[in-house]
Amino acid sequence: MSGQVAGDALAGHAAGVVETATAAERALGLADHLPVLVVLVPFLAAPLVVLLGARRLAWPITFAAAFFSLAAALSLLSGVLGGDAISYHIGGWAPPLGIEYRIDAANAFVMVIVSAIAVAILPYARTSIAAEIPARQHVLFHALFLLALAGLLGVAATGDAFNLFVFLEISSLATYVLVAMGAYRDKRALTTAFNYLLMGTTGATFFVIGIGFLYMSTGTLNMADLAQLIAQQPGNRTIHAGFAFIIVGMGLKVAMYPLHLWLPGAYTYAPSAVSAFLAATATKVAVYVLLRFLFTVFGPQYTFEAAELTWVILPLALLAMFAASFIAIFQVNFKKMLAYSSIAQIGYMLLGIAMLSQTALTGAIVHLFNHAITKATLFMVIGAYVLRAGGAFYRDIEGIGRVMPWTSAAGVIGGLSLIGVPGTAGFVSKWLLVQGALEKGWWWMALLVVASSLLAVVYVWKGIETAYLRAPREDVDRREAPLTMLVPIWIMALSTIWFGLSAEWTVGAAGTAAEALMSGASQLLISGGAGH
Amino acid sequence: MSPDTLPALSALSALPTAFLFLPGALLAAVLPARLRPPLLVGLPALAAWQVWTLPEGRLMPLALMGLELELMRVDRLSRIFALIFTLIAVLGNLYAWHLRDRVQQVAALVYAGAAIGAVFAGDLITLFLWWEGTAIASVFLIWARRTEGAFHTGMRYLVVQVLSGVLLLAGAALYWRETGSLDFTLMRLGSPATWLIFLAFGIKAAFPLLHNWLQDAYPAATVTGTVILSAFTTKLAIYALARGFAGTEILIWIGAVMTVFPVFFAEVENDMRRVLAYSLNNQLGFMVVGIGIGSEMALNGTAAHAFAHILYKALLFMSVGAVLYRTGTARATELGGLYRTMPLTAILAVIGAVSISGVPLFSGFVTKSMVLSAASDAHLWPVWGALVFASAAVLSHSGIKIPYFIFFAHDSGRRPAEAPRHMLLAMGLTAAMCIAIGLAPGLLYALLPYPVEYHPYSGYHVVGQMQLLLFGVVAFALAMRFGLHPGEKRGTLLDSDWLYRRAAPAVLGAAAALVRAIWGAGAAAVGALRAAAMGFIRARSGPEGRLAHVWPTGSMVEWLAIILGVMLVVVYLA
Repeated sequence: MSGQVAGDALAGHAAGVVETATAAERALGLADHLPVLVVLVPFLAAPLVVLLGARRLAWPITFAAAFFSLAAALSLLSGVLGGDAISYHIGGWAPPLGIEYRIDAANAFVMVIVSAIAVAILPYARTSIAAEIPARQHVLFHALFLLALAGLLGVAATGDAFNLFVFLEISSLATYVLVAMGAYRDKRALTTAFNYLLMGTTGATFFVIGIGFLYMSTGTLNMADLAQLIAQQPGNRTIHAGFAFIIVGMGLKVAMYPLHLWLPGAYTYAPSAVSAFLAATATKVAVYVLLRFLFTVFGPQYTFEAAELTWVILPLALLAMFAASFIAIFQVNFKKMLAYSSIAQIGYMLLGIAMLSQTALTGAIVHLFNHAITKATLFMVIGAYVLRAGGAFYRDIEGIGRVMPWTSAAGVIGGLSLIGVPGTAGFVSKWLLVQGALEKGWWWMALLVVASSLLAVVYVWKGIETAYLRAPREDVDRREAPLTMLVPIWIMALSTIWFGLSAEWTVGAAGTAAEALMSGASQLLISGGAGH
Repeated sequence: MSPDTLPALSALSALPTAFLFLPGALLAAVLPARLRPPLLVGLPALAAWQVWTLPEGRLMPLALMGLELELMRVDRLSRIFALIFTLIAVLGNLYAWHLRDRVQQVAALVYAGAAIGAVFAGDLITLFLWWEGTAIASVFLIWARRTEGAFHTGMRYLVVQVLSGVLLLAGAALYWRETGSLDFTLMRLGSPATWLIFLAFGIKAAFPLLHNWLQDAYPAATVTGTVILSAFTTKLAIYALARGFAGTEILIWIGAVMTVFPVFFAEVENDMRRVLAYSLNNQLGFMVVGIGIGSEMALNGTAAHAFAHILYKALLFMSVGAVLYRTGTARATELGGLYRTMPLTAILAVIGAVSISGVPLFSGFVTKSMVLSAASDAHLWPVWGALVFASAAVLSHSGIKIPYFIFFAHDSGRRPAEAPRHMLLAMGLTAAMCIAIGLAPGLLYALLPYPVEYHPYSGYHVVGQMQLLLFGVVAFALAMRFGLHPGEKRGTLLDSDWLYRRAAPAVLGAAAALVRAIWGAGAAAVGALRAAAMGFIRARSGPEGRLAHVWPTGSMVEWLAIILGVMLVVVYLA
């Protein structure tokens, strides 16, 4: 692969795009290949892990690959924070025929989240899976983890709709198996993984049908190209139907209520480290895809999309915020409670998207990040509980706050962030959402956001009450979690506080991303048609 | 000792003073009992050094969510208050050296830190945060008695204090809307915003009819807790008034009433700590008058008086506390003749008493006379008269009554041991400062907000004050001679809080019964509705509910189809 570019085919691309190379003869450095390397390194590390087959090598390779991705993603993000975009052409084939990787603030931000969570969770996973997965499967676990990571990063990086589908399937297939690995602790993981497979595949099918409709009408799969061609045929019913298919299919991957049914089981029965990783990344990447299609490929200026957001997504988001929170309140399994709470939190993100304003969209993107670190903290805490107490049911962890004070304290921090207490990350994004609602004059919406946060108080309090105000059980392993778990947990917990107190970086990056998304479509419309 | 020679310490100046106290409190929460007292004394001393060496200016601006905050506004007004706050924290904690109660020790540090944080707050939001901080930390000093009564008193206290904070926050929010600024600076009373803020300050400053929490709570706290309590909350309010409402005329009249009305209560009260609480109220009146006048001389007088007042009031509370510590009571009827076995405490109490009475050569004289002079300079004769009357009365109810009934008067037969050494040391240091200010007022005057051109030891002042004192002594002697002095009677004193704690409930009793009946019916209906709603939610969202059910995959696909259908319809309609 090289970054060679045929200059004349690029005329249709929007202003502000930084070409990877302007002349074929220029030698390309490693840095120019970062957009593809960020995906490729973990992707190639996966077969490497399997081929080497050594359990001792699996973890270091996995960690090194994830770490490389994080470094690459950070460097990419720093390059595009100014509002530029990087366009990389796989194999030198120019878009729209070739596959284009297109990095802007939105997807660089998502890649940073995904790879950072992976780096943080891997040291923890090492201890956690040792207790939950038999040793002979560890090599496979790491390979699958790498594939899931590569898939998620690929979804974020690519600028090609079909390539996106491929990466989505790579990560999903790896995820199904990772969830099934929970079967060594609880056999229900198998049926759950099977259901997840069926539902996930259905969703992906809807998505690819939608892509098919778009291809039928436009003859292209490149997203930037799609945006321009769609703009030229405003009344095309096929495109409209394709839009509906894509949103519904991706809505399933996002776990948009009531298309969430795969999520509670998958998060509950997966191995703890997988739950933490999935909860923090998988749905977030799906939200990103939704954003990409809603704002880059299509655009809120189309009446059919605005209507869809107002009349379908918005009510469903509100429904998720309340229904899922109520369900979470009544759960007796800590993991399942968190899973339902995730569905409710996704409701906030969808709400931020559906409100269609710069502030609310910034809120949604920041919530993507803040919720990722919050949920990662909490799922990691549960993993430590599972390790010591042998289960995640409330009755297993009664009084565990006294047995595992450090782990539980981190759990409390995560819980506060989940509620959105000032000083934690959760507050920043909810504040932005409320601001966005007030900007539109929707004070009732602001009230609803606050009211559903109160439901979070109830379910978080139930957890705190169980952990701190009951007598500890006698039959549990009365030790604090090992340091290999405790340190990652606390890094996450402290980062929720850090990003709660100094929100400039997250809000700034998300703001740039939101701006790029909100203006992206219209910018393309202005220069539309020039390339064809 | 310049900051350059102590790099480690000079690094401290980069930290808001209040933030010295909070980690200190955390540390106190985990340190073993043996190490806590040195921390409690050392930390405020360190803070005092920091306050002393801080340069003036707005040192720590902070932009948070679009708000311009200022954590450290150091000028002469905030510095003198912060300085006395750190000093009294040192002395009060030294006095409490014997204490092994973690709760009280942590609360004392947080409380002092919050009060200092509030004094340095340059904006209303920071002020509000520390304002509430003082409320929450200080209530633990009351609860630390761990009695049923103390718990209820603490609750009442907390409600009032938090109310003050809420009013402040509401006022700050309105003020922000009105002016677009959160800067905590001189305000003009008039808009709802400023009235709310004024009321918040007034509650904490114990304005007449807003004062009951003070007499309710201070005598209810622990021996050492009262000493700490008496120093911070009200003086913080005085500082806030001086900063925000200097020269507001209504304060002159509020202050005049404040100096006069507690006098009568203090005269007849039996519990010596409550006497001191009333006299505290009366002393605050002087400061409020000074703020109301608002001239440079008056504000100097207010600051100076607050400084001196904190010291001698703490000294008095300490000596009464030492008696309470040794005998278990602070009631005049149960005490008397203690000078035989507690001579040092008696001497120190007398020093406190002569200071508060304004005897020349002691601290009260050099500061109170500044406020009096300011009043006469402004030709406010009725106010001046009230202040003079109050000065004379102070002598009677605090200056003579406290030492007389405890240490002299009739022999109660009690022979308690002398106060513990650390208490004597703390009282001795405080007394020494009272005397030092009296002898060399220039030391204190140099710290005041404005340049001072004032000489307390003029013939006119000294002679006038001596006349006043003689009058007070004669009045007390006559009252005692003819058995008119009510100080040694048992009883419960009715203050205006009787209105809302006893009378109002009685009057409202009947109405309440009626309301209760209606309310009961309503509550039953609401309860039934609530139960039905909860049942409804539980039936759907609970573990067995339909919403939480693990549905088969097929139903999920059904939903997919339904939503796709809805979306297609919407797309085609749009």
